[in-house]
Amino acid sequence: MFKDLFQKKRKYATIPSERLERSGGPSEGERPKREIPEGLMSKCSKCGTIQYSKELEKNLKVCPACGHHMRLNALERIAVTLDPEGFIEFDSEMTSVDPLQFPGYASKLEQQRSKTGQVEAVITGQGTLGGHPVIVAVMNFEFFSGSMGSVVGEKITRAVEEATEKKLPLLIFSTSGGARMQESILSLMQMAKTSAALARFGESGGLYISVITDPTTGGVSASFASLGDIIIAEPGAVFGFAGRIVIEQTIRQKLPDDFQTAEFNLQHGQLDLVVHRKEMRSTLIKLLELHDVKGGF
Amino acid sequence: MAGELPFEMPLVEMRKKIAELKQFGEEKGIDFTDEILRLEERYRVLADEIYSNISAPQKMHLARHHGRPTSLDLIGLIFTDFLELHGDRQFGDDLAVVGGIAKLNGRPVTVVGQQRGKDTKDNIQRFFGSAHPEGFRKAMRLMKQAEKFGRPVITFIDTKGAYPGNTAEERGQSEAIARNLYEMSMLAVPVICVIIGEGGSGGALALAVGNRVLMLEHAIYSAISPNGAASILWKDASKAEQAAEAMKITAADLLEMEVIEEIVPEPRGGAHHDYEAAAESIRDAVWRHLQELSSLDAAELQEDRYRKFRKIGEFAEGSQESELPEEEVQSVE
Repeated sequence: MFKDLFQKKRKYATIPSERLERSGGPSEGERPKREIPEGLMSKCSKCGTIQYSKELEKNLKVCPACGHHMRLNALERIAVTLDPEGFIEFDSEMTSVDPLQFPGYASKLEQQRSKTGQVEAVITGQGTLGGHPVIVAVMNFEFFSGSMGSVVGEKITRAVEEATEKKLPLLIFSTSGGARMQESILSLMQMAKTSAALARFGESGGLYISVITDPTTGGVSASFASLGDIIIAEPGAVFGFAGRIVIEQTIRQKLPDDFQTAEFNLQHGQLDLVVHRKEMRSTLIKLLELHDVKGGF
Repeated sequence: MAGELPFEMPLVEMRKKIAELKQFGEEKGIDFTDEILRLEERYRVLADEIYSNISAPQKMHLARHHGRPTSLDLIGLIFTDFLELHGDRQFGDDLAVVGGIAKLNGRPVTVVGQQRGKDTKDNIQRFFGSAHPEGFRKAMRLMKQAEKFGRPVITFIDTKGAYPGNTAEERGQSEAIARNLYEMSMLAVPVICVIIGEGGSGGALALAVGNRVLMLEHAIYSAISPNGAASILWKDASKAEQAAEAMKITAADLLEMEVIEEIVPEPRGGAHHDYEAAAESIRDAVWRHLQELSSLDAAELQEDRYRKFRKIGEFAEGSQESELPEEEVQSVE
């Protein structure tokens, strides 16, 4: 079961139980048995509403008060999206090396691995969605800000090639800060590699649905994330090429709050749909059904 | 000569000394011929030493030199009959990208490149060579036009990166770049790309998906500008020189990593010293590669381009998997 894959570590804001105890609980000096376990409550990073973590999880990490879509890691995303059984991961042991001997890269990689329990910023594989077989790639912002180096580029490319070969639909959930600087030109080239693979897949008539999750920027946004036949984003997800700060410095103006959000992009014609997390699975299934022309006309 | 870079200062000093000595000799009627010859010999040795050991940070400055030939400078010298064409047919005509049809040794080709300005006014019009989506779409339109009429595509890359502005984002900067990568990979004609100055990030790559990617000797090419990398990594943009070193941005580095196919030599000290020599050097290399590619048909050209980019990337595969034969690894079901 995918639930077993969930990490116990929680990535969203939690309220330490000590503080809760203090308000009305036993005195600080002697701290007997904790009555409220760690991480029981969670705070929405946008509106600040405090709620039970379990409730929040049931709500797919969407704040019930303000509708803010909190980030999911790759395992959580797979769990809430795909059918519960039958996911087969590809290339699970592919890891980054330090091809340029870039200062600090090796240790940063090590740190990211132990922090997240993951080996890289994308999980790829084959699964089913409402019974439809799909090739899936899910990026993980927790790992190295979802940056694309050789491994992310290679795993995505292999997934696209697999989809081409098996004539299966392709589903990619993107989230990334952009190219992984520590691999410099090699990471830039992954943009061309993944896009070229998608061009072949596209020529073969394959369906590619790109789902933009918060945030998707830089080299990922300017390659495979923007090449979907259908591009869907989660509400509020930031999606753009250049970073807000860089743009503000360039144009010497303050940008509106909604700049580069999913809604902003929809308004500017850059997206097909903005879909609430609760409706994402059913929307994807519907799209797969609409493209399933096995029966012919 | 004006516009010397800091690393060339010892040569400037020496030239000044030689000139002073000559003048002094003439004025006073003293014969310094031997001294001058000796100094000139020392100058040659020093120049050889300085110009044969240009570091990555020095190349970064050379690649950005204000006198460095731009795409239009080189197009004028390399090709004949250049006819510039304009616009993306959707929004406007982005002057940060130039393109059109020309003849290379008598053969019609399509040429596209990023264009820096020659002075401040020109630079403002051309957004310093940083394209908006319409610039990338203009380039794509011209490349598709080339494909239709069977003309090879030659691109010149010279940009700090795609324009980072709100209007660019609103019109789909990401999509414009991504679409170029996608479409360029499928062009049915030969595509030869030359990095002539600064190859910065996705904005550079959007014109650089070619069968052959060549690079001028002192050009640089990277995922992010050294300044950008320094400010992100060390919160200090002034460490750009340090970043330039770490990021492996020189033509020699990229040739070793098999990202480019060939280094195109520049006149000593850089292309700005002799535009014509630089142009001739590029023309020879491009022509040679074009002839090599002319025997390939459309499918072979696409396959060749795919293979070129497909193999780029360094990673480790899990020990467990690498022990399995190739076939088994690939058909994990």
